[in-house]
Amino acid sequence: MVEYPDGLIRRILDQTKTIAMIGASANWVRPSNFAMKYLQQKGYRVIPVNPNGAGTKIHDEMCYSDLSRIPCEVDMVDIFRRSSDAGKIVDEAIAQKDDKHIQTIWMQLGVLDEAAAARAEAVGLTVVMDRCPKIEFGRLNHELSWSGINSGVISAKRPRLAR
Amino acid sequence: MTDQSKNKTFGFETRAIHSGAAPDAATGARNTPIHHSTAYVFDDTDHAASLFNLQTFGFIYSRLTNPTVAVLEERIANLENGRAACAAGSGHAAQFLAFFTLLEPGDHFVASRNLYGGSITQFGVSFKKLGWHCTFADPLEPETFRKALKSSSKAIFIESVSNPSSVIGDIEAIAEIAHAEGIPLIVDNTMASPYLFNPIDYGADIVIHSTTKYLNGHGNSMGGVVVESGQFDWAQNNKFPSMTTPDDAYHGLTFYETFGDFGFTMRLRAVALRDFGPALSPTNAFMTITGIETLPLRMERHVANAETVAGWLEGHPAVDWVSYAGLPSSPSFSNKNKYFPRGCGSVFTFGLKGGYEAGTRLVENCNLFSHLANVGDTRSLILHPASTTHRQLTEEQQNAAGASPDVVRISVGLETTEDILDDLDQALV
Repeated sequence: MVEYPDGLIRRILDQTKTIAMIGASANWVRPSNFAMKYLQQKGYRVIPVNPNGAGTKIHDEMCYSDLSRIPCEVDMVDIFRRSSDAGKIVDEAIAQKDDKHIQTIWMQLGVLDEAAAARAEAVGLTVVMDRCPKIEFGRLNHELSWSGINSGVISAKRPRLAR
Repeated sequence: MTDQSKNKTFGFETRAIHSGAAPDAATGARNTPIHHSTAYVFDDTDHAASLFNLQTFGFIYSRLTNPTVAVLEERIANLENGRAACAAGSGHAAQFLAFFTLLEPGDHFVASRNLYGGSITQFGVSFKKLGWHCTFADPLEPETFRKALKSSSKAIFIESVSNPSSVIGDIEAIAEIAHAEGIPLIVDNTMASPYLFNPIDYGADIVIHSTTKYLNGHGNSMGGVVVESGQFDWAQNNKFPSMTTPDDAYHGLTFYETFGDFGFTMRLRAVALRDFGPALSPTNAFMTITGIETLPLRMERHVANAETVAGWLEGHPAVDWVSYAGLPSSPSFSNKNKYFPRGCGSVFTFGLKGGYEAGTRLVENCNLFSHLANVGDTRSLILHPASTTHRQLTEEQQNAAGASPDVVRISVGLETTEDILDDLDQALV
């Protein structure tokens, strides 16, 4: 597994406000639907992107067919698609980086594309691969620990409460 | 200089004290509070629904999760180099939850024949009523596990150090046999504790503990735990439908896809623990958390005392044989040297030249050793397995498990070494 310092993940999760979730599903038992709902509860705006759901709402947010159709700025592009589809999405994000003020490309658990990551980093984007923002948010805010999951976090400071 | 690009890794002693136990977010309480609450308020109906759907992390009801129990779970997951853990009311309950999550009716698994007697009965007799079948194999002959496999086999189960006779198999070889078959290796690591051995580092996919023993260490609280490595690919074949297909017990959720490398623990908790209910009490969790803080110190002394006692017994004229993997005379000695550089615990067996009668007389003559059915206590303990812990077994099973009628088991405690030897010496007269 690629290693990312906790400080980097914390900074991304602190600075991000709006997330475009590529591959968000309207089906409530799908992992993307879980992650979307959780991130909304933590105060993020999550905009679903999925051609199958375009024009309908998922968790009260309008779903768009692709990234370019989103009518506002997005801080993070979260890729909930198989690794073989990631490169094309990364290139779309690179093309719209300045227009949408995109800062971060995040690929979900199991999603990896080193070449695409290198292209994104070359233009100044921050890239995280093979991680879930829901799990990382829960891990760094001690919520994952509530389910007996090894967060790897050790500190004698009182935890800041999740937002 | 600290390297900011990498997360700091902490040593075992630090993790034994701090893992899972940040100060309380609300009060700043430094020690882990005992949360004696059955249930937890919801913010609103939407929050409640999200919790029940497993969409968000949080507490619902202490049969599923409890803040004190969660500290214990994370701590043991961390000390075992695992991804996640789920606690249960006893080691036996933990074992049941693990197998319920793996097996369908009609399924089979292969287990070491050198196990705690209660496990041999659980696997060989009680599990049969659920349609789960077990074949026993010899941990000192790894190929016997391969030969015992069937198309319906879903796991291999061993103890890292066996109770009572201190047998250590070639764990890596047994892990390879399991993985070649596409099934997980489950290792009960109770007799070693994570300080002496981490099975996941040698190929185990699931680790089980009776926390009642060394982890608690003071003989004051029952408990068990199942740890998941996070490294087993449940989707590599069609053997584990409960992990890889929509679950009827959870409105069509697919656990492995949704929770990834902690999906096994989530299903074990959300289905097996939820539906059968052997939850750990928060007080027991607290006692065990406190015990674990001194695990490294205690294990060093347990091992030092046990090595002295085992060597002393081997040289005693009344003693016929000693079965301790830390002795060169043990058939497990090479595996002990390979896997247990810090020692292999303090539980072992020996036989007296006077046979069964001399053994029972020894047990009754002891003054400092407590005659009781437990191991891994601060106190030195002594027992005659054939009439107690291994009583339900046939004589053939007793012999195979290293608990034949002449066998005496001891768990060497933390008392002054001289006092332990003196008590055995006077009792052996």
